[in-house]
Amino acid sequence: MAAEGKIDALHQFELEPVFGAIGRSVNFTQSNAFMLLAVILLSVLMIWGMSRRAIVPGRLQALAESSYEFVHELATGQIGDEGRRFFPFIFSLFMFILLGNLLGLIPYSFTFTSHIAVTFVLAAIVFVLVTIVGLVIHGWHFFTYFFPQGAPKLLAPLIIPIEVISYLSRVVSLSVRLFANMVAGHVMLIVFSTFVVMIGSAGVIGIFGAALPLLVTSVLYAFELLVAFLQAYVFAILTAIYLHDAVHLH
Amino acid sequence: MDERDGFERRLQEARARQGLDKPKGVGRGGLPTGPWGIGFRAGLEVVSALGVGIAIGLLLDRWLGTWPWLFLLFFVAGAAAGILNVYRLFNPRRGQPD
Repeated sequence: MAAEGKIDALHQFELEPVFGAIGRSVNFTQSNAFMLLAVILLSVLMIWGMSRRAIVPGRLQALAESSYEFVHELATGQIGDEGRRFFPFIFSLFMFILLGNLLGLIPYSFTFTSHIAVTFVLAAIVFVLVTIVGLVIHGWHFFTYFFPQGAPKLLAPLIIPIEVISYLSRVVSLSVRLFANMVAGHVMLIVFSTFVVMIGSAGVIGIFGAALPLLVTSVLYAFELLVAFLQAYVFAILTAIYLHDAVHLH
Repeated sequence: MDERDGFERRLQEARARQGLDKPKGVGRGGLPTGPWGIGFRAGLEVVSALGVGIAIGLLLDRWLGTWPWLFLLFFVAGAAAGILNVYRLFNPRRGQPD
């Protein structure tokens, strides 16, 4: 991309079939491949990591246990004791997104969380689950969520559409947040790393000049590691907050 | 049972003294609270609510053939929902008696 003297920052998000003719025939792209890899890695971590059940945990077991405790505290802290019922869901969601973000930071890999289609489906799953949980626990009473207690009945035609739109906008904000963060981070990474190649190819001065974008790229990479974790955390904690609202209604 | 409860209480106190337990009831803490974090969240909440409002308005208009009235109506409702979202960001619903 640098050979033509221009930066193609979005090429990294293009989908291409993998696994040869078989992959092409079913449209199995790198995105699907990395999702599959994330699920396999997660299963290996939890099954193999916990298989020894040592009192003094090894590295893998310590990782499995600390991630379990981290999400468990998040779920029970936000939702309350009922949070334990939703722990498996929040844990799978958190680890899947976290692994997707982290795998995407490995050079030549693909970030499946950088596609709005993927993040939107994840957010839609959360939205549908939250709505079903609210309906199952509260029945028709759930719909009082859209009308605050004590508000004058006359204002109902005004308040209810606004509350419904506010409720629906959760799907959009939840999915766009993750998607936009990942895209912005990866575009910045590729832009600055392309600068390194472009400036570095300009002879002796270029090699010294390339040091600055190289430094920026390194700092950005560290920052992206933080963002990868933080975005998975934010997605999980917002899921927990929405579940809390559905369980307790107000 | 009495002795056990006493032990739990003393353990709690000791843990609190050592700062091992985080204070409970911090509300919706845990989300990024820096000025940039709040700014991005507030902006995103407004834009997404407005987007949902516009989408509903356009779809209803196409369905009922009332362009542009429902679009205008739901545009305003979406904007109001966005403001409501930002308000909720700072004043969560939690705290009302169930």
